[in-house]
Amino acid sequence: MSSPAVARTESAPPSKPVQRLGDRIFSGSTLTAGALILATLAAVAAFLVLQSVPALTENPEDISIFTSGETFWTYVWPLIFGTLWASALALVMAVPVAIGIALFISHYAPRRLAQGLGYVVDLLAAVPSVVFGLWGANTLAPLVQPFYLWLTENLGWIPLFAPPASGTGRTILTAAVVLAVMILPIITALSREVFLQTPVLHEEAALALGATRWEMIRMTVLPFGRAGVVSAAMLGLGRALGETMAVAMVLSSSGIISFALLTSSNPSTIAANIALSFPEAYGLNVNVLIATGLMLFAITLAVNAIARYIINRRKEFSGAN
Amino acid sequence: MAQTETAPLQRSGPASGSGQGSKPGTGSGAMPNVYASGRLGKSVPWIVLGASLLVSIAIFALVQVASGGGFNVAGAVVLTGVLNGVAIYLTALLVEGGRQAKDRLVTTLVSSAFIIALAPLVSLFITVLSRGTARFDVQLFTESMRNVVGEGGGALHAIVGTLIMTGIAALISVPIGLLTSIYLVEYGRGALARAITFFVDVMTGIPSIVAGLFAYALFAIFFGPGIRLGIAGAVALSVLMIPVVVRSSEEMLRLVPNELREAAFALGVPKWLTILKVVLPTSIAGITTGVMLAIARVIGETAPLLVAAGFTANMNYNPFDGRMQSLPVFVYSSYVSQGTDAQAYLDRAWAAALTLILIVMALNLIARLVARAFSPKLGR
Repeated sequence: MSSPAVARTESAPPSKPVQRLGDRIFSGSTLTAGALILATLAAVAAFLVLQSVPALTENPEDISIFTSGETFWTYVWPLIFGTLWASALALVMAVPVAIGIALFISHYAPRRLAQGLGYVVDLLAAVPSVVFGLWGANTLAPLVQPFYLWLTENLGWIPLFAPPASGTGRTILTAAVVLAVMILPIITALSREVFLQTPVLHEEAALALGATRWEMIRMTVLPFGRAGVVSAAMLGLGRALGETMAVAMVLSSSGIISFALLTSSNPSTIAANIALSFPEAYGLNVNVLIATGLMLFAITLAVNAIARYIINRRKEFSGAN
Repeated sequence: MAQTETAPLQRSGPASGSGQGSKPGTGSGAMPNVYASGRLGKSVPWIVLGASLLVSIAIFALVQVASGGGFNVAGAVVLTGVLNGVAIYLTALLVEGGRQAKDRLVTTLVSSAFIIALAPLVSLFITVLSRGTARFDVQLFTESMRNVVGEGGGALHAIVGTLIMTGIAALISVPIGLLTSIYLVEYGRGALARAITFFVDVMTGIPSIVAGLFAYALFAIFFGPGIRLGIAGAVALSVLMIPVVVRSSEEMLRLVPNELREAAFALGVPKWLTILKVVLPTSIAGITTGVMLAIARVIGETAPLLVAAGFTANMNYNPFDGRMQSLPVFVYSSYVSQGTDAQAYLDRAWAAALTLILIVMALNLIARLVARAFSPKLGR
């Protein structure tokens, strides 16, 4: 800080602007806050890894949560499968509906209604996940159970609908429906933003050539918004992977690997398994559960990274970020 | 003068039907309107919809009579949708041709997508309202669950716990988040700012239960395994809340026009005072909205609190000592561990769910009102 005095006496243009004390305190505190975020994230990773290590290094015979002969990897693999399977089902159901809603709000609904309809869909995002779980287990599952029964009786030859149907309706398909409802607002909101950013000139040009509204959408809106919709779906997938309570409350799981949608023996998901087992866990079991949480963290991180990569690659074309 | 005479003549011409071939199709019944011919009228889609509704109601009424079961409302609605789609496609195909028919089919599909999304929303609100009001009474807000086995008891301990933990989480997250966003917008250049932006994105994607595990692991190192504290729940919530605050505040700060900053600099105002007195007041409405939405998001979080703060039936005002109940965890634990009188536990769960939804809705509403009332008028 000796330079300002020197600079003034030499009457040359000062090479650096004057640094006041308030400035330095303020910029220092903002920098600290930013660095704190990095530190927090590093701490999250470090603590999770630290607490996970015993689950992998200790003798599996000493860990009571494992059945005999089980290791960490055979324990976590069905959970990973269940997580991916439930999220994929949810995504398959949610994406077409979300694209439909986004198109409805951006291109079909009357202008005056459009914003209000957008708020209505956003209301879904405001409902806490535990309420979705309560609704799914108490209202949705009994409602769809007769339908499941009908499916297994009439379409049971398809492996997905293999009998016997669950008597409670609390199957992985029900859980996936609840997950789909929960990720619907995210995908809708992002897709709507992208669709609204389609250049109006493109749309008008298509209409001027005699295209119907659907042809206009297929020729201009969908190609323009494709990357945005893909990344929105990936972000929705990230949310579905980590969703805990809805699955924990709706699904009655037995920790097996099975593609059957309607039976009473379903694979569990990582997050739901942690929520169900953690309150009673002790000793090394806690480390095992934290290690499964680390796996979940890694999977969601990868999915979100892919989504961000797609958004950034198409940044100049779409407004999804 | 000639024009004033010819005008009434021309107007009366088509009506008289005399040979005025130079003026085709000006509203006469004899001449078809070229713009309306070959197109379905505006009311046709609605008529088709009504007809398919009637048909499907008739079918399901017959089924009801035949099988003796109740009237299947969901089935009738689904059949109406399918019938409507098929009917409008065929009608348009016959009258307007294939391209228009496809257009009308897509319109129907897109509209029904919206209705499909509304169905769970409406069902959820109706269920929560009808089942939650059974125990939505004074007792719910004045009593805890201490020594309650069957009926009675309340969620006061859970409401207090939620307020304490969310409050602490907001106290941690808002300063850190706001300062970070100021750093990113006003100071941050180069690698560090890029790294922070990237890792805030990463943080947004942390599953909520992983945040809970982190808080547990952190406190287990200092207090030994099996620890459950209110403050641990608050830390878990702030891990989830910080990135939301950073994102929304950053967006709001970027909206402040550069002219305002330059004007302040030109008057010789130091940078930190410019930020405090010019940038922040301009964007405070948006920042407040973002913070309230972030609170609304974390106040409904269950999993991290279940892991980090545990659950209890007792009142606990001290976040640094012992387990602390919260409203979402109260809903969950009432549902999972139903006692001998299962209905009493379920009623309490629904009433607490209703309370939770009301709180979240109120926060959302206030946030939107704040945004509308106090946003600066930038002349756009």
